[in-house]
Amino acid sequence: MDIVVFLKMVPDVVEELVIGEDGKSLDTQSLRMRLSDPDEHALEEAVILKEKFGGTVAVVAMEAPEVEEVLFTARAKGADRAVKLPGDWTGIQAPAIAKLFASLFSSGSQQLTAHTLILLGSQAIDDLEGEVAPYLAEILGAPYLGVVTGIRLDEEKKKAIVMKEFAGGLRGEFELPLPAVLGIQAAEKPPRYIPVAKVRSIMKSARIETVEISPPEIVSGLPVDRLFMPEVAGKAEMLEGSAAEVSARMIEILAERGLIGR
Amino acid sequence: MQEPILVLAEHLRGAIADITYEMLGVGRKLADDLKAPLYSVVFGKDIVPVASHMGIADSVFVLDHPQLDMPSPDVVAALLKTLIEQKNVSLVLIGGTNVSTGIGPKLSFRLNLPFVNFCRNIWVKDGSVGLTSQLFGGKILSDVRLPGNRGVVSVYPGSFPPDAGKSDRKASIEMLDLRVEESKIIFNKYIEPEAGDIDITKQDILVSVGRGIANADNIAMVEELANVLGGAVCASRPVIDQGWLPLSRQVGKSGMTVKPKLYLSLGVSGAPEHVEGMKDSGLIISINTDSSAPIFGVSHYGICADLFDILPTLIEEIKTHKSG
Repeated sequence: MDIVVFLKMVPDVVEELVIGEDGKSLDTQSLRMRLSDPDEHALEEAVILKEKFGGTVAVVAMEAPEVEEVLFTARAKGADRAVKLPGDWTGIQAPAIAKLFASLFSSGSQQLTAHTLILLGSQAIDDLEGEVAPYLAEILGAPYLGVVTGIRLDEEKKKAIVMKEFAGGLRGEFELPLPAVLGIQAAEKPPRYIPVAKVRSIMKSARIETVEISPPEIVSGLPVDRLFMPEVAGKAEMLEGSAAEVSARMIEILAERGLIGR
Repeated sequence: MQEPILVLAEHLRGAIADITYEMLGVGRKLADDLKAPLYSVVFGKDIVPVASHMGIADSVFVLDHPQLDMPSPDVVAALLKTLIEQKNVSLVLIGGTNVSTGIGPKLSFRLNLPFVNFCRNIWVKDGSVGLTSQLFGGKILSDVRLPGNRGVVSVYPGSFPPDAGKSDRKASIEMLDLRVEESKIIFNKYIEPEAGDIDITKQDILVSVGRGIANADNIAMVEELANVLGGAVCASRPVIDQGWLPLSRQVGKSGMTVKPKLYLSLGVSGAPEHVEGMKDSGLIISINTDSSAPIFGVSHYGICADLFDILPTLIEEIKTHKSG
């Protein structure tokens, strides 16, 4: 089985996000980038599948700040191949990203066969389309499902049996012929932790390949009129003071509503 | 006159989903503002009863077909494309839900129309349709306009009041006769939710933990708080994905929708997927270190602090209060 995982860096939303002077994009100076959460789960699922069913894992990412660290970490977790697509991809959106990723197969750098399984994060938080996987599936003519949380492989029948989430804890089981594109919501186990020392050591022994791919003609989508912050503080009344003061006030609020008895 | 607006009705196991009414409500307003007809379409098996509830639309199209029990995004996108071309539809609303994931991008690709996801608001200004989407986990909002009022829009659940999409009017139903393509994807079965030790949807008091809880060992302190309050512990997705609490405790998009009398959130940032599942709680109190955390936007009371600085005192004070 050849598993290909496409990874994407997104702004870390734990940090404060600053809107740039144009009012239409984020101020890149203050951004800290990290691997998109669902992508981290896609990588984990790929490594789990390799451990269970054998095969190889290739990870592919567009060039971005901190991406090499992410690619080396993927190698340390068990990926056999790490590929970087060099270029300045600022502002590129999902449909163009899908074109770029699809070029990896047409360029011959990666095979697309009945033994290929392609995994991506089900969603990303950083563009208006928010989903790369279904666009990639359209270009490749491969079946697709999103919000996937578990995969079994039947190599003989060249198919994947996947679990997809609905709502309220209800899930469904589906079968897809390979090659297939899956949007991963969560791996069946939490992403493994890799000690920094192991990443440092793999940096010395492994290398990141670069595959030159010419950028799609159109990289962005609809022009954004403006970005703005939601009115967050508008609703909550903020309680301030020491732990004791805040606790006393909370108990008062709960008692007023009969939510705490004596 | 504007070309028609189409709502893709969503249903699961024969029940119409709230998102359908949300879209019908905002779709009705949009159609009236633009002087356009509002259409709705239902694809499914034995689905006519669902269609009868959508009288707010000017026309309800129904395709009832044995192969449409749980259609794949491919099949739905293909049917929508045919219908849109036949009826000259310009704007399509699709639910931003797990059930409908992937249909919008596929349709936008096939029709070469823009796709806008995470949509929280839709308005008309000078005859032009504008959309507000939430990006970066709800921390930033983005306004765009649709050129020619044409596009595929994924509506974020909980953005519009469902009641606005309900009507006593008899639905004008037109049965469709479209060819359903053979899907490469086979639906095998539903997997029922695992019965947890506690049903969080039936609790009056929930203490919810998010990423801010930092590690599994800290859950014990939260359990203690829930105990003294007489409630149960639930969590946002990252905590569940880490395996620190069972799936049955998950609140949000893929998990449970809860409406307790008290929802006390600890270290939960308030990503839209989480807020969707708890925003209608009676009283929401949140503790988070980040003063700009979106959770404060849906909370009645907020405390900007490290939960570990507050919790030990809070637990002791509640014990004292109860014994007093």
